Amino acid sequence: MTTTVSAPAGHPLTIANHTFRSRLMVGTGKYADNATMVRAIEASGAEAVTVAVRRVDLDRSQEEAILHHLDPRQYFLLANTAGCYTAADAIRYARLAREAGFNEFIKLEVIGDEETLLPDVDGLLEASKALVSDGFQVLAYTNDDLVTALRLEDAGCAAVMPLASPIGSGLGLTNPYTIRTIKRRLSVPIIVDAGVGTASDACITMEQGVDGILMNTAIAQADNPETMGRAMGLAVESGRLAYLAGRMPRRQIAVPSSPAHGMLD
Amino acid sequence: MNEIHVTVNGRARHAPPGTSLLGLLEELELDPRTVVVELNRQIVRRPQLEDHTMRDGDEVELVHFVGGG
Repeated sequence: MTTTVSAPAGHPLTIANHTFRSRLMVGTGKYADNATMVRAIEASGAEAVTVAVRRVDLDRSQEEAILHHLDPRQYFLLANTAGCYTAADAIRYARLAREAGFNEFIKLEVIGDEETLLPDVDGLLEASKALVSDGFQVLAYTNDDLVTALRLEDAGCAAVMPLASPIGSGLGLTNPYTIRTIKRRLSVPIIVDAGVGTASDACITMEQGVDGILMNTAIAQADNPETMGRAMGLAVESGRLAYLAGRMPRRQIAVPSSPAHGMLD
Repeated sequence: MNEIHVTVNGRARHAPPGTSLLGLLEELELDPRTVVVELNRQIVRRPQLEDHTMRDGDEVELVHFVGGG
């Protein structure tokens, strides 16, 4: 038997001027092949898909161009500045991405450390300010640090994207407290980006009350990406519903679920 | 001068004088609708690709969207 979730899921996710049909956003990197990627993304139900800006490889066919595989009328293309280590580089990549002509959104990454891929928050703030004043809707990938998140909001970012754990690590949500604090203190949407490893990670992350999750490796590198895509879509929705429903309090002692009275003598 | 020397995506290349950026894309069999062009670090918008003639020493970057997270 299949059941559909009919409980109210609250308002949909809106960032700047765009309302998304899913709170799950997915990356398009690291798939074994493009057909697998397309099936996994479809199964996930995500609307926003991230893409990277790179040189055209002049020795190869256009097979690597993502637009040969994903219909931009069906998906919201969210370009990133992955691989950029300075604000100047990130700004350059963002402008190239916008010129492709799909939207003004940019998932802004300014990386500060090669091993951990943790953000350079100074560069991130600098690039955020420049891109906001240039008309971009900036979604800033950042640490799970409240003060940085507040500064990014002040800089005019359309959304702030704190990490659950490092990119591609699959370690899950390492600090629920900091994510909850960021969500509580900021007004712009909070999209947790990076670190989710499996469906329970996604569910627990959404239960913190955040507005959405962006993930790539957890789906792309699963043994079966299509099935994991569906699992992640369900987990994000499930976690959101659980958050809206409000969980029961934790107790240190048992409380019986069956009546204590009416027992036989 | 029978040809000009330019750099395209980091690689040396020569072209007949008067070659436009659109001409370069055609020669490379690239669809201008799927590629963004930067000439000497300045973006050249699609409608202007035909008007920009490459000069000796120009640096051209041709980028597009690929898979990423």
